[in-house]
Amino acid sequence: MDWFPLLNSLRIACLSTFLVFFAGLFAARWVTRLSPSPLKYVSDAFLTLTLVLPPPVIGWLILRCIGPGHMFGRWMWQLFRVRLVMTWQSAALASALVSFPLMYRTARTAFQRFDSGLSDVARTLGRSEMWIFWNIQVPICRYGVISGTVLAFARALGEYGATSMAAGYIPARTATVSTALYQCWSGGNEEGALFWVMLSVLLSGVCLIAVSVLEERQEGG
Amino acid sequence: MKLRVDIVKIVGNFRLDVQLEAGEGGALALLGASGSGKSTALRCIAGLTEPDEGRIMLDGEPLFDSFRHINVPARKRRIGLLLPGYALFPHLTVRRNIAAAVESRADRERVAEDFLRRFRLTEAADKKPRQLSELERQRTALARLSASHPSALILDEPLSTLDSFLKSGVEQELSDFLDGFDGPVVWASHDRGEVYRNCSYVCVLENGASQEIISAERLLNHPGTEGAARLSGCKNIIGAIPRHNAVFIPEWGVTLRSAYPIPPLLNRVGIRAHQVRISEPALVNAFEAAVEQVIEDVSSTIVLLRPSGAAENAPLLRMEIDSATWRTTPDQRHVTVAIGPQDVLLLQ
Repeated sequence: MDWFPLLNSLRIACLSTFLVFFAGLFAARWVTRLSPSPLKYVSDAFLTLTLVLPPPVIGWLILRCIGPGHMFGRWMWQLFRVRLVMTWQSAALASALVSFPLMYRTARTAFQRFDSGLSDVARTLGRSEMWIFWNIQVPICRYGVISGTVLAFARALGEYGATSMAAGYIPARTATVSTALYQCWSGGNEEGALFWVMLSVLLSGVCLIAVSVLEERQEGG
Repeated sequence: MKLRVDIVKIVGNFRLDVQLEAGEGGALALLGASGSGKSTALRCIAGLTEPDEGRIMLDGEPLFDSFRHINVPARKRRIGLLLPGYALFPHLTVRRNIAAAVESRADRERVAEDFLRRFRLTEAADKKPRQLSELERQRTALARLSASHPSALILDEPLSTLDSFLKSGVEQELSDFLDGFDGPVVWASHDRGEVYRNCSYVCVLENGASQEIISAERLLNHPGTEGAARLSGCKNIIGAIPRHNAVFIPEWGVTLRSAYPIPPLLNRVGIRAHQVRISEPALVNAFEAAVEQVIEDVSSTIVLLRPSGAAENAPLLRMEIDSATWRTTPDQRHVTVAIGPQDVLLLQ
């Protein structure tokens, strides 16, 4: 049994979630602080866009931006002999773009329910905006923040469309659970396909149960 | 030390225009009905909302000056804020709530410990806010406030979320705390009782416009304007015309003498319900009235009266009288009542 696709998927999901955690939190903080205005609605729509866009669109955009045939990618290759696509890192980038809205939206919902009186008081007590964010707002909204993180992780773990375009399927290099499953199925390996299907269902299920428990806790305050 | 505020803030089509000064000699009450702009005014003072123009000076230093483009951020203003429900950090223990206000990182533990002792919170130190009693919650808020060493305090209806049976003890502790505080205090409230008990001066805020600052005692005896009279609890306010050293109330056909000079611009008088008394016909300011309705309150009786010369749709005169006195009144249909000349509130 080749466990590489699972390990690679976990590695990709971890890096992707790390990026999405910070990007999503700060995007959510930024949007909740905007007063209702066209800027707010457009920003919100833009930040949620990759949730509804077909993942291949994201894969295509990644290839256009950092692929070897295009400016930045070609330049990196000529200068450093570094290839930006067809690597596990490019898969993590693709997953991050796809899973970002899950983190952003869950955190935003939690932040909207945050009592702004608490941050007002903290300001008058002499605390900085960043201190208030990390010590008051994020801990109080922790269940929302954690469930956003878990959702983004689960989404990154099974990402297929954008990942397969940005990282392809190279056994022992970029193969993931989803691409391995596709390869098994297209090669007639029913047993292998079934294995990856069961594993995906199991992992996603565990993540979603965790989210559901967290949301219950948040309701309870 | 003085806090001087002169600001304008426009929110949608609401215009807030506040001038006030707080300093020595006791707390200044910002008395206004809900929606009068009290909270916005306090937020401007604290630095949480930026006024459109004007100035805020504390101890001679500008905190805000639209002309000189000065706007000191809230965290550097040293203005302590007390909100309804206290806004304690729910996820932190009492100790860490207090520590959050200590500036120096090195001393945080020691200073927090010190404030825990001073505010008699040592036993509650490791509890979360939701596990505290109302008194302990307030003490935590006051300890946290003190730990940030504020130069001035602003209180935004701090007791408005409390049940009345809890309120007196909590209010007493807050009042004691303010007595020991050396600096300007602005206490926003819509409750005149709270204001009389705890503040020396009053600034009435009516539809966003602040009135002249008067002493709490003067608000009671000479409120001056209709809005101030209503906020001070006056139930009877009616149109009036100056007539020599008396006022004539056309709707009731009643003339009342005043103990004070009548301002030439007078257009209303106020009569406090508990200052309407059963009287002999011959006395000053006595007139006859028919009893329209009697309402039993907890310890007093409210009697709605129609003065005998009243027009068809004139407002009724509300009298509040000790229930025992009312029971011994012989004729409960027609009474003669009087208002002391010093009790006629002259309004404009």
